[in-house]
Amino acid sequence: MSGHDSKYFSTTKKGEIPELKEELNSQYKDKRKDAVKKVIAAMTVGKDVSSLFTDVVNCMQTENLELKKLVYLYLINYAKSQPDLAILAVNTFVKDSQDPNPLIRALAVRTMGCIRVDKITEYLCDPLQRCLKDDDPYVRKTAAICVAKLYDINAELVEDRGFLEALKDLISDNNPMVVANAVAALAEIQDSSTRPIFEITSHTLSKLLTALNECTEWGQVFILDSLSRYKAADAREAENIVERVTPRLQHANCAVVLSAVKIILLQMELITSTDVVRNLCKKMAPPLVTLLSAEPEIQYVALRNINLIVQKRPTILAHEIKVFFCKYNDPIYVKMEKLEIMIKLASDRNIDQVLLEFKEYATEVDVDFVRKAVRAIGRCAIKLERAAERCISVLLELIKIKVNYVVQEAIIVIKDIFRRYPNTYESIIATLCESLDTLDEPEAKASMIWIIGEYAERIDNADELLESFLETFPEEPALVQLQLLTATVKLFLKKPTEGPQQMIQAAKDVVLAEKPVISDDSNQLDSSLLDDLLANISTLSSVYHKPPEAFVSRVKTAPRADDEEFADTAETGYSESPSQGVDGASPSSSAGTSSNVPVKQPAAPAAPAPMPDLLGDLMGMDNSIVPVDEPTAPSGPPLPVLLPSTTGQGLQISAQLVRRDGQIFYDISFDNGTQTVLDGFMIQFNKNTFGLAAGGALQVSPLQPGTSARTLLPMVAFQNLSPGAPSSLLQVAVKNNQQPVWYFNDKIPMHAFFGEDGKMERTSFLEAWKSLPDDNEFSKEFPSSVVSSIDATVEHLAASNVFFIAKRKNSNKDVLYMSAKIPRGIPFLIELTAAVGVPGVKCAVKTPNKEMVALFFEAMESLLK
Amino acid sequence: MAGAVSALFLLDIKGRVLVWRDYRGDVSALQAERFFTKLLDKEGDSEAHSPVVYDDAGVTYMFIQHNNVFLLTASRQNCNAASILLFLHRVVDVFKHYFEELEEESLRDNFVVVYELLDEMMDFGYPQYTEAKILSEFIKTDAYRMEVSQRPPMAVTNAVSWRSEGIRYKKNEVFLDVVESVNILVNSNGQIVRSDVVGALKMRTYLSGMPECKLGLNDRVLLEAQGRATKGKAIDLDDIKFHQCVRLARFENDRTISFIPPDGSFDLMTYRLSTQVKPLIWVEAQIEKHSRSRIELMVKARSQFKERSTATNVEIEVPVPSDATNPNIRTSMGSAAYAPERDAMVWKVKSFPGGKDYMCRAEFSLPSITAEEAAPEKKAPIRVKFEIPYFTVSGIQVRYLKIIEKSGYQALPWVRYITMAGEYELRLI
Repeated sequence: MSGHDSKYFSTTKKGEIPELKEELNSQYKDKRKDAVKKVIAAMTVGKDVSSLFTDVVNCMQTENLELKKLVYLYLINYAKSQPDLAILAVNTFVKDSQDPNPLIRALAVRTMGCIRVDKITEYLCDPLQRCLKDDDPYVRKTAAICVAKLYDINAELVEDRGFLEALKDLISDNNPMVVANAVAALAEIQDSSTRPIFEITSHTLSKLLTALNECTEWGQVFILDSLSRYKAADAREAENIVERVTPRLQHANCAVVLSAVKIILLQMELITSTDVVRNLCKKMAPPLVTLLSAEPEIQYVALRNINLIVQKRPTILAHEIKVFFCKYNDPIYVKMEKLEIMIKLASDRNIDQVLLEFKEYATEVDVDFVRKAVRAIGRCAIKLERAAERCISVLLELIKIKVNYVVQEAIIVIKDIFRRYPNTYESIIATLCESLDTLDEPEAKASMIWIIGEYAERIDNADELLESFLETFPEEPALVQLQLLTATVKLFLKKPTEGPQQMIQAAKDVVLAEKPVISDDSNQLDSSLLDDLLANISTLSSVYHKPPEAFVSRVKTAPRADDEEFADTAETGYSESPSQGVDGASPSSSAGTSSNVPVKQPAAPAAPAPMPDLLGDLMGMDNSIVPVDEPTAPSGPPLPVLLPSTTGQGLQISAQLVRRDGQIFYDISFDNGTQTVLDGFMIQFNKNTFGLAAGGALQVSPLQPGTSARTLLPMVAFQNLSPGAPSSLLQVAVKNNQQPVWYFNDKIPMHAFFGEDGKMERTSFLEAWKSLPDDNEFSKEFPSSVVSSIDATVEHLAASNVFFIAKRKNSNKDVLYMSAKIPRGIPFLIELTAAVGVPGVKCAVKTPNKEMVALFFEAMESLLK
Repeated sequence: MAGAVSALFLLDIKGRVLVWRDYRGDVSALQAERFFTKLLDKEGDSEAHSPVVYDDAGVTYMFIQHNNVFLLTASRQNCNAASILLFLHRVVDVFKHYFEELEEESLRDNFVVVYELLDEMMDFGYPQYTEAKILSEFIKTDAYRMEVSQRPPMAVTNAVSWRSEGIRYKKNEVFLDVVESVNILVNSNGQIVRSDVVGALKMRTYLSGMPECKLGLNDRVLLEAQGRATKGKAIDLDDIKFHQCVRLARFENDRTISFIPPDGSFDLMTYRLSTQVKPLIWVEAQIEKHSRSRIELMVKARSQFKERSTATNVEIEVPVPSDATNPNIRTSMGSAAYAPERDAMVWKVKSFPGGKDYMCRAEFSLPSITAEEAAPEKKAPIRVKFEIPYFTVSGIQVRYLKIIEKSGYQALPWVRYITMAGEYELRLI
C-alpha cells in the first residue's frame, strides 16, 4: 500500500501562495483537501505558509478525519506565530472534544495540548477535565499525557484546576495503558517541580505492579522507571517487589529488561539474605548477556550500563567474559565499549584468553581501536600482578610488528607498568630503545624519556640517548621538554661526573624520591556517583556516566507567582559544603580510562549549576552567600528535631536559631541513619519576616552511616524579606548529593534578635513610654509561666538581652520594667507583672512597631517557660 | 525520573530533514539539522559514531540508520535511551509494514500517513503504540482509506494490545518455524573462542477469534517439575525472551508458555544456548604468499554433522588481498569465484551432506610493487553461511501447541526446524 503524495511537492511557477489560497477556499471538498496537502507538503520542505492561516483553519470543520489531522498538524506548527488567529480554531477544538467518535475527542485534546498559545490553553481546561473522565480509555490515556503538556505551559493552572488530583486518580484506572500514561505524566511533573507531587505509597505500588503485567511494552518501561524512585520499607517488601518484577527479564523488549534490572539492583540493596542476592545475580546474568544480541545501538546502551553494573556487582558477569569478545562486524562504538568491560572482567583465571583477544585486536585496522587494545593490555598488567609478565611479553611481540602507532602506545603503557612494578621488568629496556627513532607522538616520547631517566644507571648509553632528543628540544611540546629536563637531572644525579656531593644528595632526595605506586583504575567511578547512575540504568545518565543534572537542559517551570519580583535576581547558588561527587564524573587516569570513542559527552556541571537551581526556583531566593572558613563546632543541649528520620529516608535533622556573641547562628545537626555516606550538604532558607539567610557555607563533612554532625551556621538578617504580616515561620530546605531535597519548617524565636544594645536608662524609658500613644500598648497573660525568684528571672532574661530597668511592688505582685531592642532600632518597653511562685505572668508592652507584638509575646512566653 | 524526546526527525543520507514531528517545541529542525549534518561531515562514516551524541547546547541526539534514511530524536531530558532507540527501530518496522520499504522516496510518497503515524506512535515525546497491524486498522494509506473510522480499535488500549477482535479465517492454521543460528568464533590456532546458539520460534498464525494457545517444549525445567520421565532429550535453555503476548508471570510460576497470538507473523520467543557446540562446518585455509608476485590459497571444508542431514546453500568467503588479480580457481565440489568488491573469494556449494570433505585451490597474482609504508591489511576472517533443514543444534522439540477458541474450531500447527549460520567466523593467521 504505497502512496503518491510526492506529487504535492511539485509546485507551479507562478505565485504559489495566492494559488493555494484560492484552492483552499474552493467549493469542492476534494480540491480543498488537496490544497491542504500541498500546504503541508510546503511546510514539510520548510517553506513559510503561515500566511494561509485563516484559509487553512477554515477547512478544519470537516467530517474527513485525514483532512482534520492535517489542519491540526498545521495548527501545531503555526499557531505560535499567529496567536491572535489561533483563537479561530478554539470553537472547533471544543466541539471536537465532545465528538461521538473517541478518535476525534482524543485528537482534539492531544492537539490542543501541543499548541503553546495562552489563549488556546485557557480553553483547554474544560475539555481536558471531561476527557480525563471519558468512558473510552483511548481518550483517557491521551488526556493523561495532556495534563503533563499543560503543566509544561502553565503549572499554576494545572494545580488550580485540580488536574493533579485527577491524574493521581487515573493511577487506579482499570485500564493499564491509562495507568502507564498517568505514571509517565506524573513522573514528568514531579521532575519539574520541587514539591512532592507524585509519591508512591505501598497502595499505589501494588496498583502499578498489577498494571505492569498488562500494559504495552512502552507502558511497562514508564512504570518500571517510576518505580525506581520507590524505596522499599524493609527487606521483605524489597523481595516482594523483586519477585513481581523478575518475570520482566524474559520480555523481548530490551528496554523493559534493562528497567527491570534497574529495579532489581536497587531493591537488592535492601535485601539482607545472601542467598536471595546470589540467586538474583544468577538470574540477571543471562538477560544481560542476551542484550548483546540486540541491534548495535541497543547493545551500545546495554554495554554502557553493564559497565556500571560490573563495577557494583562484579560477580554477575564474572564468568561471561567471552560474550564481550568483539565480532568482526561490530560497529566501532560497540567494540570500544566491549573492550572496557573486558578489562573490568579480566582476572587471573581468564587473562590468557583475554590477552589473545587483545593481541588480535591490536592488529586490526581501526587506529583508535588498536590503540585502545594496546592500552587495555597495559591496564590488565597493572590490575593483575600475576599476569603482568605475560602482558609485557604480548606488548613486546606487538612492538616487534613495528607498526608505528602500536609501538608508541605500547611504550606509553610500559612506562605505567614500570611505575606499578618498579625494579622488575627493566630487562626489556634494551628492546624498547630499539624503537627510539620511530617515536613521534609527544606522549610516547615523554614516556620513553621517563624510562631512560628513571633507569639511567642501567642503560650504558643513557647520555647518548638523551642527547639525541636534546637536538630538537626547542621544538618539542612542553610535555616532552619537561620530561627531558627531569630525565637529564636524574641522569646527572645517578651518574655524577663531578660536583658538590652534598648538593647532589639533597637533589637526589627530591628527584629520585620513591614514587607512589600507581594502581588499577578500572573501577574508576566514585561509589556514590555509581549508585546514582545505577538508579538511572537505561537512561541517558547511565550512557554518559554523568548525573542527570550534568546534561538535562530542560527549562524548569516558572516560579510561583509571589516570587516574580525576585525572578531576575534569583541566580542563587547553594552554599556548598565539601562534596566529592561531581568531579568523580570525569574519569581521568594515566592509563587512558576515558573512552576513545568519538562521542561527545556532557561535561560535569560547574559548581553553580548552569540551570536555575531547584531551591532558588521554589523560594525565590536572592541572597548571595559569603563563605566562612572556620567551621564552628558547637555543643550544647539537644536540638529540636525538625525532620524526623522517617520522613528523611533515614536522615534526621534537628536545628534551632541561637544568638551567640551578638550574632545569630543556625545551630543544626544531622544524623545519618541511612546505609550510605551523605555528602554535599547545602541549605537554603525561604523568604521570611526577618529576612534571615545563610551567612556562610554549611560546613558538614561527608557523613558516614550511623554518625552525626553538628554545626553552627552563621546567619544574616534582612537579606530576603517576605512581604505580608510578620510571622515566625522559617521554611528551610536542605539537600545533599544522595537524597532528594528535604523541606521543613522552623520557628524564628524573636529573642534571637534582641540586641546587646537594648538597655535603656530609666529616664529615657519613661520618656519613651510616655511618647508612645496608648494604641501601641498591648498586654498578654502567660498563664503557665512562673516567676520563682525575681533575681533569677532578671538574670535569665538579661542573658537573652532583655534588660532590667526598675521594679516596684503592687500589692502581692511584683512589677518589673524592662527593655529590649531588635535591629533597626525598634525598642520594646516591657512591664511584667507576677506574683513570685504563683503561675501566671502578665506581660504589657509598648512599641512603635505594632505588627511585631504578636511575635514579641511568643518570644517572651518561651523565655519565661 | 522521567524523560521524553523533544522531536523526531527523518533525515536523508546527508542529514537533511525530510519529515519531522515537533513534540515539545524546545528543539528546532534547523538546530538538529545543523548539528547532525556537521556530525556526518566530521566522520563521514556513521558507523564510527555512537548512537547517542550530546551537543553543547544541552541536547542529546539519538539515531539509527535504515537504508538511506536516518531516524533521529532530540531530547533535553534524561530519557530512557534503550527505550527510545528501540522505539526508532519499531518505527522502521511500522513504516516497512505500511510502505514495504522505508527509504527517502517512500517517505515523500506517503508524508501524510507518516505524519499521522508519528502523531499516533508518540505523544509529547513518550512512545505510545507501535503495533503496525493494529495501527493500519485506523490509519490507512490513500488506496485503502475509507470514511472516518468510528473508534480506535479496542486493541490500542486493551490488555491484549496486539490483536483485534473479530478476525475470521476459513481455514485455521498455524505455522511454527524453529530457526537456530549458530554463532561461532574460531581463533587462528583453531581454538574455539566463543560459540553460542540463538534460536527463535517464528510463528505465522491464521486463526479466527481470540485463540488461547499453549506451547509445550522439551524444556528440562518444566519436565522435571512435572516429574515426567523424559523420554527423548530434554534441553536447557539459557535465556528465553518472549513476545509481549506471552504471560510472563505465568511462565515464571510454572514454565507454561500461554498466550493469545497476534495475527500474522511474529517471533513468539527467542532463546540462547551457550553450551559449546562442535562447529558444524569446519574450514581450514592455507595461504602462501610467494615473494611479491602471487598468492596461493588452499581451503578445506568439512561437514561435522550426521550423514543423514545435509547443509544447503553453503557459502564460504575467504579474504584475499585487495590488490589480487588473475584468479585461477579449482574446486572439488561447487563453484568458487573472485569477488573483488568484498576482497574475497566466495566458494558456493549447493548441497553439502554430513561427514564430507571438500577442497578448493586458488591462485592470484599480486602486483610486484607496493607502497613503502603500506597500511596494515585488513584482517578479515573466513566467513561461512549455510542452512541445515530438519535439524536443530539444541535438540529443541515442540511437544504440542494447543489452540483453544470458544467457537471450538480445530486448527493444525505445522512445525519446521532449521539451523543456519549466524556470525560464523574463523580467523586467519
